[in-house]
Amino acid sequence: MRQLKYWQAISEGLVQSMAADPSIFIAGAGVDDPRGIFGTTLEAHKRYGGERVFDIPNCENAFTGIAIGAALMGKRPVVVHARNDFMLLAADQILNLAAKWKYMFGRRTSVPILIRAIVGRGWGQGATHSQSLHSVIGHFPGIYVAAPAFPADVKGLIVSALRGSTPVVLLENRACYDLEGDVPEEMIEVPFGKACVVREGTDITVVGGSLMAYEAFRAANLLAQCGISTEVIDPRSIRPLDCETILTSIRKTGHLVVADTSWSLYGFSAEIAALAAESGWNDLKAPVRRVTPPDCPAPVSKVLEDSFHPTPMLIAKACLSVLKAEGVLQKSMRDVQERFQGPY
Amino acid sequence: MDIPQEKLVVMLRSMIRIRCIEETLAKRYPEGEMRTPTHFSTGQEAVAVGVCSALRPDDVIYSGHRCHAHYLAKGGSLLRMVGELYGREIGCARGRGGSVHLNAPEVGMMASSAIMGQTIAVAVGSALSFAMDWLERISVSFFGDGCVEEGIFHESLNFAVVKKLPVLFVCENNFYSVHSPIHARQPQALPIYKRAQSYQLPAEQHDGNDVEAVYQAAKEAVDHIRRGNGPYFLECTTYRWREHVGPLFDTGQGYRSKQELDYWMERCPIKRASEVALKRAACTKTDLQRWQKEFEQEVSGIIELVRNSPFPTVENMLEGVY
Repeated sequence: MRQLKYWQAISEGLVQSMAADPSIFIAGAGVDDPRGIFGTTLEAHKRYGGERVFDIPNCENAFTGIAIGAALMGKRPVVVHARNDFMLLAADQILNLAAKWKYMFGRRTSVPILIRAIVGRGWGQGATHSQSLHSVIGHFPGIYVAAPAFPADVKGLIVSALRGSTPVVLLENRACYDLEGDVPEEMIEVPFGKACVVREGTDITVVGGSLMAYEAFRAANLLAQCGISTEVIDPRSIRPLDCETILTSIRKTGHLVVADTSWSLYGFSAEIAALAAESGWNDLKAPVRRVTPPDCPAPVSKVLEDSFHPTPMLIAKACLSVLKAEGVLQKSMRDVQERFQGPY
Repeated sequence: MDIPQEKLVVMLRSMIRIRCIEETLAKRYPEGEMRTPTHFSTGQEAVAVGVCSALRPDDVIYSGHRCHAHYLAKGGSLLRMVGELYGREIGCARGRGGSVHLNAPEVGMMASSAIMGQTIAVAVGSALSFAMDWLERISVSFFGDGCVEEGIFHESLNFAVVKKLPVLFVCENNFYSVHSPIHARQPQALPIYKRAQSYQLPAEQHDGNDVEAVYQAAKEAVDHIRRGNGPYFLECTTYRWREHVGPLFDTGQGYRSKQELDYWMERCPIKRASEVALKRAACTKTDLQRWQKEFEQEVSGIIELVRNSPFPTVENMLEGVY
């Protein structure tokens, strides 16, 4: 099949959706500038111009409300945040209004907005540009949250979001942007709430969303050197969560490691561990282990930053520990952001 | 210039109806069956009625926590409003929203909300949609003086002006945010409408207890907007009679005086419009009494209907989240 990079898949998902539905527009700071949000909005702007792809003032909270008001009148807005951290300025509109809208107003109207938010990492982007908010947003009923790792999935989730009636927050990890993968040329939907078994295995299950699905896949290659068969599950969407695929895998392997781009306390990894404890307890042969960033804001200095983000080696070591296996992990893998120097 | 007699009568009737509904509900509120924090509109009817009377049915409005008058003035169903207050399935939000989340999309009353300034942006968004489609529809945002202090107010005005959107901002300045007087919250040297003017949009202050003045200002603003000239801002001074939330009078609490309330009750918008209508022979005293009785019967009948209608079922609690 044809290969596309993650950012190209985003662009294609947007352009094809816009061709199919004239009510879709894209707005956000810099969506029409020469860089076009790391290339993702360039093609859409070229084809559909400033009427449907336009810059906005810096007003994250108001613009989310503006998108809601436009959606109510039949538009399908795509709101873009070049870093998801800015989305916190819109927390009221996202969590207090968009997420609650359909329920709170008695199912009479709905507000299908798509919020694209990019998660940064590398080159010392630091505390306010290197965190992922999927667990925060995912806490609230009424909004879909997806954090896909692979090009075909990000395209398919965009297609689904722009056809559905539910507000969506799509978290795109910047470190995934240059990763390549098979992407169907057609507009094939990836449903929300359906996980993907990235790699089948029999000894241990690793659940990781977003970049951690890719890192878990690389960890599985390391573990294979020790003769360990690892099953890697990418939930793709954080809410709704596909519990069944995860529990089925635990039933098979009896061991679980959860890797996350965000902290362990009250986070996605805690949710998966709770799922295993509540519904997979009898299948577990060992305690669950989590691999997450240390409990501090993301630091800048390279020596600190290198130790902040979970790596394939850390995931693999956690798996060995859960399995009480002795294996020697051969060689370390290149950091996914090793050559990254921007643009941010 | 006087407005047409029929228009005056329609607006007067609408105000009397809203007053009658609100006062009846306030009287019944202590029975404990309306289990939702309720912000009564009594005293502020003229702003809602004056503005909504200048709109087309396909224009949309948004409101805040004190939303009953806006909902009713735009034509929202009384049955569904009362149903919502009583927590019934027939409520406009099916008993999921409460008094502060009234909505009647079928008549263009899109939403109201308990969070300060939240719907100002949403109103601007609907205006953006109208502008993108070259429609002549208008979006109206009703909000209180407290919202002027919020960031979203400034973000929304800025956006509406930059994009020249068909939105009418209506600030109901009732001088209090809960119990905080405006002088403790905002610079008094520059009134709200003058601060709005700094965004380079037409902004005026009007007597919000004079329904004719509000209507005429709104009509002019709406014409201006519909001709494609961009947003307009009206500050309407008015006064809430009852407590911030709940059915009581609260002048004994110490944050405002009985004299102040008396002053504003003397300037009651309905009293004023009634006197004008009588003077111009647009109606008679008998008409006024007859209307009052008519609306009292209407709201009592609706309350009984609602009290006999079913509550939502717990089995369906999760319906409508997505």
